[in-house]
Amino acid sequence: MDFGPFLLLALMEGLVTAAVLALTASGLSLVFGIMRVVNVAHGAFFMLGAVLAWFVSEWVPGPPALSFAVALVICPLIVGGIAALADTVVLKRLNYEPEATIVATIGLLYILEQAALSFFGPDARPVPAPLNFRIQLPWFGYSGYKLAVVVGAALVLLAVWLILKHTRAGLVMRATQIDRDTARAFGINVDRVYAGVFAMGAGLAAIAAVLIVPIQQAHYLMGGDPLLLSFIVVIIGGLGSLRGTLVAALLIGLSDGVISTFFAPTLAKIIATLVVALVLVFRPQGLFGKRMA
Amino acid sequence: MAAVTLLQARGLTRHFDGLKAVDGVDFELAQGEIHALIGPNGAGKTTFVSLLSGRIPVQSGTIRFNGRDITRLPAYRRVREGIAYTFQITQIYGSLSVFDNVALATQSRHSHRLADDTEAALARVGLEDRADQVAGTLSYGHQRLLEVAMGLALKPKLLILDEPTQGLAMGEIETFKEIVRSVVPEATVLLIEHNMDVVMDLAQRITVLNFGEVLATGTPGAIRANAAVQTAYLGG
Amino acid sequence: MTADRALWLHLGVLAALLAAHFIAPAYHHTNIARIMVLAIYAMGYNIAFGYTGLLSLGHALLFGAGLYGAGLLVYHAGAGAPAALVAGVLAGGAMACAVGLLALRTAGVAFMIVTLMFAQAGYLTILYFGSYTRGDEGIVIPRAARMLGGLDLSDDGTRYLVALLLFAVALLVNLALVRSPFGRIMVAMRENEERSRMLGFNPFTVKLAALTVSGLYAGLSGAAYGLLFGYVGASLASVQYSILPLLYVLLGGAGTVLGPFLGALLMFYLIDYASAVTDAHQFVTGAALVLLILFAPKGILGTLRARAIRWLP
Repeated sequence: MDFGPFLLLALMEGLVTAAVLALTASGLSLVFGIMRVVNVAHGAFFMLGAVLAWFVSEWVPGPPALSFAVALVICPLIVGGIAALADTVVLKRLNYEPEATIVATIGLLYILEQAALSFFGPDARPVPAPLNFRIQLPWFGYSGYKLAVVVGAALVLLAVWLILKHTRAGLVMRATQIDRDTARAFGINVDRVYAGVFAMGAGLAAIAAVLIVPIQQAHYLMGGDPLLLSFIVVIIGGLGSLRGTLVAALLIGLSDGVISTFFAPTLAKIIATLVVALVLVFRPQGLFGKRMA
Repeated sequence: MAAVTLLQARGLTRHFDGLKAVDGVDFELAQGEIHALIGPNGAGKTTFVSLLSGRIPVQSGTIRFNGRDITRLPAYRRVREGIAYTFQITQIYGSLSVFDNVALATQSRHSHRLADDTEAALARVGLEDRADQVAGTLSYGHQRLLEVAMGLALKPKLLILDEPTQGLAMGEIETFKEIVRSVVPEATVLLIEHNMDVVMDLAQRITVLNFGEVLATGTPGAIRANAAVQTAYLGG
Repeated sequence: MTADRALWLHLGVLAALLAAHFIAPAYHHTNIARIMVLAIYAMGYNIAFGYTGLLSLGHALLFGAGLYGAGLLVYHAGAGAPAALVAGVLAGGAMACAVGLLALRTAGVAFMIVTLMFAQAGYLTILYFGSYTRGDEGIVIPRAARMLGGLDLSDDGTRYLVALLLFAVALLVNLALVRSPFGRIMVAMRENEERSRMLGFNPFTVKLAALTVSGLYAGLSGAAYGLLFGYVGASLASVQYSILPLLYVLLGGAGTVLGPFLGALLMFYLIDYASAVTDAHQFVTGAALVLLILFAPKGILGTLRARAIRWLP
């Protein structure tokens, strides 16, 4: 293959990575932005979405498209429900004290991974793709499903943006973000907003996982990489800034393929983690964000 | 001025997003005096002493202390140079004992008589009997005294007291005035205070701040008679 | 008087551990040796977290520095155990100091993430240089290299006594440290950084010093672990090993000298017991973290100190 088509292929693959990453990271960003909670269990919620999608594909009869559609609805709901429960039972009682919540979400991560290991097992399992067509370009054929993932992720992100900017729920969330106590004084049920935001963040990770699992297979330890990448994206994009998160996800998703071509994957990860650490040390507002007060 | 100058600020300025909290202030402290800083709420008093103590970086202007330019010195170094600051809102170590609170101040200046010096500082504010008590369980008035004891234990050249009598009962204010008088003339006292009786009673000189600028400086008598001060502040 | 009481308590614990050498069954004998070595690690973690208020999620990097500092020296350079032990301690301290110079520019949540990322980078580096470190598979240190001045460290009895000796030194130094004026400054930094600054202490240098001491402990523990148990592997530098001391310290009591050991002892046997009845030992770790942070953030000894034994250091 010539360099041009090769680059095009790399970019298309990168776009898929970027789309899923944007979805996952926006969940993390949302939770941090509104609740000031660093959710270390975010990757576990992602993994849970994928594992549940496998169960749905096993249990729902009929064509893969049907079970996939069911999974796309049910998995985020279940994962969101678990997240809301964790918020109410654990995080709320910690009064969202930042360090305590991190320790608690580490605990949650262990519990969820153990649950997946116990009920799902240690093996990676495939989930059939709902669409099975290839787009034939002049130079190579490309999976139609992967393009559908990009479109799907973009639609979900658009929906999130519309909810945040143009609905009452979004207004309430933003009000809570600015000042929890004032929001409470204006009659906003802050507890419910927090549970909802935490559920929404986890749900976004679950949607991303359901979308990716036909390409990637479900495994109980699959949450590690999305967590790390989401952290990288959210920190580079500026903590809590949704727009920065999207830009960073695009940047990192697209460059991921390129970087992996030039460096060994482990070396790429070493560089990425060091970059994140150094960004936090020297530019805590992120590369694109404004300095927080 | 005949007395030796301990601290001298020239053109001290600090703006916050366009708000001129402190704007070109010239200010001098004479060695051994009790100097009060007064002014309406939001006049920039706390910002000004924060610039002196180094808690907030100076935007422009210079500060000389004890013959040395300290404008760029970080706060902890200024403490070692001899500027002690006691907080407006009580900042003690609530979970430590009263003794440990003051001992921290004593050991900060590398005293070789840690226990003796600590107990002496406690005795000066009358807390020597409560040395073993957990500081957080002290009454509010005692916590303020502990805060002052920590300042004294640093053996400062300049003791900055930020609204020390706020929330104290009458009797406690009298005790407090005694303590401040006992500090000079070895050390110099800069006092931010709202209680005019305390100010007029204690201060040898007064500086009035308004909108981040010095409105007047002088003896209590002169300040009382100053027309501009009366208009701006004393409700004249 | 109270000073003596505390000292006698700690000496009593050491005496009990010496007695255990003679009466504990072989299985527990090995376990306790391992627990003492891990407790040194947790004590170091406690100096940073419990006393100074630095919640690090990356201490595995420091433990790993000690582990590999000692292990690689023995394995590739044929160094003796004493040199390796010293090298491990220094590696832990140097790594802590280097990380601190950068990470301590941040605080709170950012500090947690930065330390996590540095440790992750360290772990990946071990994997990346697999030809030297043998990565996940790890290095088995030959018995011949595990000699400390004529003592065979692979012998169960010797291993226990050497572990106890190192533990005793670490414990008593820890006790002396937290009762020293510097110990008071560490606590002051944890309780109120701004206040401490205005008492003339430079928060950065105080925290850097505490973190470096913490690193020396972690390095000692890592080096001792490698030499006493003869294995040096990447899994011992993974994120689990950053969480482990946090868990021990939370359980035993942050900011208490004996808390790390008590936490290590209880947690070790809790997981050991859970592994025997189910394979869900990760669940035990997770549940312990959540329950402790929810219901007993002061841990066992911290709660005891608050309720009854105020003189506990």
